[in-house]
Amino acid sequence: MLEVRNLRRRFGGVLAVDGLDLDVGRGSITALIGPNGAGKTTSFAMIAGFVRPDSGSVRLDGTLMTGWAPERIAAAGMVRTFQVTQPFAGLSVAENIRLGAFLRTRQRRRATAEARAVGTRLGLGAWLDRPASALTVAGRKRLEVARALATVPRLLLLDEVMAGLNPSEINEIVALVREVRAQGVTILLIEHVMQAVMALADHAYVLAEGRLIAQGTPRQIAADPRVIEAYLGHGAAARIANG
Amino acid sequence: MRRAAVPLALGVLALLPFASSSQFLVTLATLTAVSAALGQAWNIAGGFGGLTSFGHAAFFGLGAYAAAILQTRYGLNPWLGLPAAAAVGGAAGWLIGFSAFRAGLRGSYFALVTLAFAEAFRVLANSLDITGGGSGILVALHPAPGNFQFADRRVSYALALLLLGLATGAAAWLASGRFGAQLMAVRENEDAARALGVAVVRTKSATLALSGALTALGGVLYVQSYLYLDPGIAFSAERSVEMLLIAMIGGAGTILGPLLGAIVVHAIADTTRSLIATPGVAPMLYGVVLLVIVGVLPGGLVRIVARHA
Amino acid sequence: MTALLLPAIVGGLLTGGVYALVALGLTLIYGVLHIVNFAHGALLMAAMFGAWLLAAKLGLDPLLALPLLTAAMFAVGWALYRFVIGPVSRGQDRAILLATLGVAVVIDNGALMLFTGDSRTIETPYALAMLQAGPLLLPEAKLIAFVCALLLAALLWAFMALTDTGRAIRAVAREPEGAMLVGIRPQRMFALAYGIGTACLGAAACLLLPSFYVSPQVGESFVLIAFTIVVLGGMGSFPGALVGGLLVGVTENLGGLYLGESLGPICVPLLFIAVLLLRPTGLFGAAR
Repeated sequence: MLEVRNLRRRFGGVLAVDGLDLDVGRGSITALIGPNGAGKTTSFAMIAGFVRPDSGSVRLDGTLMTGWAPERIAAAGMVRTFQVTQPFAGLSVAENIRLGAFLRTRQRRRATAEARAVGTRLGLGAWLDRPASALTVAGRKRLEVARALATVPRLLLLDEVMAGLNPSEINEIVALVREVRAQGVTILLIEHVMQAVMALADHAYVLAEGRLIAQGTPRQIAADPRVIEAYLGHGAAARIANG
Repeated sequence: MRRAAVPLALGVLALLPFASSSQFLVTLATLTAVSAALGQAWNIAGGFGGLTSFGHAAFFGLGAYAAAILQTRYGLNPWLGLPAAAAVGGAAGWLIGFSAFRAGLRGSYFALVTLAFAEAFRVLANSLDITGGGSGILVALHPAPGNFQFADRRVSYALALLLLGLATGAAAWLASGRFGAQLMAVRENEDAARALGVAVVRTKSATLALSGALTALGGVLYVQSYLYLDPGIAFSAERSVEMLLIAMIGGAGTILGPLLGAIVVHAIADTTRSLIATPGVAPMLYGVVLLVIVGVLPGGLVRIVARHA
Repeated sequence: MTALLLPAIVGGLLTGGVYALVALGLTLIYGVLHIVNFAHGALLMAAMFGAWLLAAKLGLDPLLALPLLTAAMFAVGWALYRFVIGPVSRGQDRAILLATLGVAVVIDNGALMLFTGDSRTIETPYALAMLQAGPLLLPEAKLIAFVCALLLAALLWAFMALTDTGRAIRAVAREPEGAMLVGIRPQRMFALAYGIGTACLGAAACLLLPSFYVSPQVGESFVLIAFTIVVLGGMGSFPGALVGGLLVGVTENLGGLYLGESLGPICVPLLFIAVLLLRPTGLFGAAR
């Protein structure tokens, strides 16, 4: 459903992303992982239209979206969340989610009902009428997902939704992401938490220093020496193999 | 019931002058209503949209000049000045907004660029022939309803109330509808709004256009009641600041804020003017009130009312 | 016209030197506190009234009053930040903008209250004196002002670059957290920077007054001039403010020459709009 080809972006002298190829199949959960500074966030920003790529292409269901503004990409059904959560702090939780719902309806009543339903489904029921700024970190992550889901996306881009959460919160989010997929939404996620990726993803891509170094099922990735080296440093794979 | 108390009280207060034969009361009420309408127009951009403008006099002046020029130079019926001014003010708002937001200007930079636009218009009005240059435009006195000039001041007051109603209706529409929700989302966080499909530049430009159109209508009312206009009146920085003050003092981003703000500002002005004749005292007090509001009560006076209602 | 061109350019450069001093104060405040000081024009106007009072009532020549007024304006700026702008704004951008606007409104109307709206000038022995330089006749007052302004700019630069206090201020500007770790208190430096930025206005006022007039409205026109310079030179950039000051001085004079007295003043706001819309980083692009 999503086809990314040869995406490239340079910041000053640094090649942040160097030729990313990536496919996301309909109904799948695909992960893009890599150590800090690997270019994941830049890749994501380029796919969602927040950063213009120097070259390469992004297609959603065959439609070329390279160079589109983020709002146009969102309207076309590809919606992202932010790693550093970005609530509309002055608005209530329900109003935050309603903004997503307004992408698909002009009617206030329908948008409000939709927002409350999505919020409740994502476990924010008790918080709906509180200001978004009152939420905990985990609550804000849920709000990010709820807002994006309220836009009824075809493809949901999740940017490190588990970063900063404790293990039990991570388990809750993992369950939540599975549920979202079960409802028919395709998911591409960036993740740093390996455990989460292992539990969730059908397919994973590994970025290091702006280049794709491996791809496959989480099991294949976890066994790949190149991945281990990228994460743990040069020679790590050999050290682990030698016990 | 209690929520309706404040709007109800304001409504009764607004109707009071109709029952009175006091010219003073009617004039005071008219001035207050126009100020409230202009404050509300500013509030639509500056409060709901977070687009802090220091140059709203640009729209006021453009509307006023559009109305004055059309009737004195082209002999058009003065009532046509209303749609013409709204169109000019709206177009100017959209153009200024679009160019500024496209360039990524926000916050202080946006405030400064609006100030510069107002100043550029002032200089233009001061040097062009069509605006009468520095000596301005005099509209001939000819009271007749068809001529948009009224012998009975209560009619002017009714028109001022109508404009206030229009501006407040626009604010209420923003507070409840989809466009307003998107605007407030943009105000709170542009990136997050874009990620949810909101066209940021278009939303902000449209808001400034709406605000500009309403402000321009206020300019028409000014011309029709004073029958005189010059560059200093049309594009003065004091006008821009007064609009901002009224919204900020009353409560920016709220529907009732500018109404409260206008009442308070005019109360300050008239009290001080009756006590001390020296010019500058009342505006200086506005400045002090602004500092106090920004420092102690950022939500404006409406917060106090809301707390006790 | 060409016969008038050279004098217009030279005259613009001379005035621009003093503008640069005004803008240096503004750019310093922006560079350190990252705030847009909307009260800058009003403070300059207040300083000009100060210089006028000293000259008209006490007979003190503005050039002699310069050190006194510079010190006094430092105190005013320091206190203003310490007791009004700092506490009112609590570090929020919009609140700072509105706080400095509120201060400007108070000062502008306070001046109107005390001095009425009349324009005032002073007489100095050198006000009308001219200096012959080749084909050019240079007004002595402006020449003195230009030289003094550049000297003071150099002094300010030396202070910021060479003294411990200057270094501490710059450290706070660049790395507030880091500066705190080495024991510098940011709020103190902010008040200091605001004071120094305002002190520039005390000096500028004394240099401007012999060839300008003062009225409560001049602050408004200077605010746009100062911001145009600072934006042109790149917010926070010292050399930018200097070059920008000269450029704006020349632009203003050429505008008057080619567009006439009434349309000429449009050059400064147009220049400002053009720079903001087309090249918001300024010509030198020093700051973001």
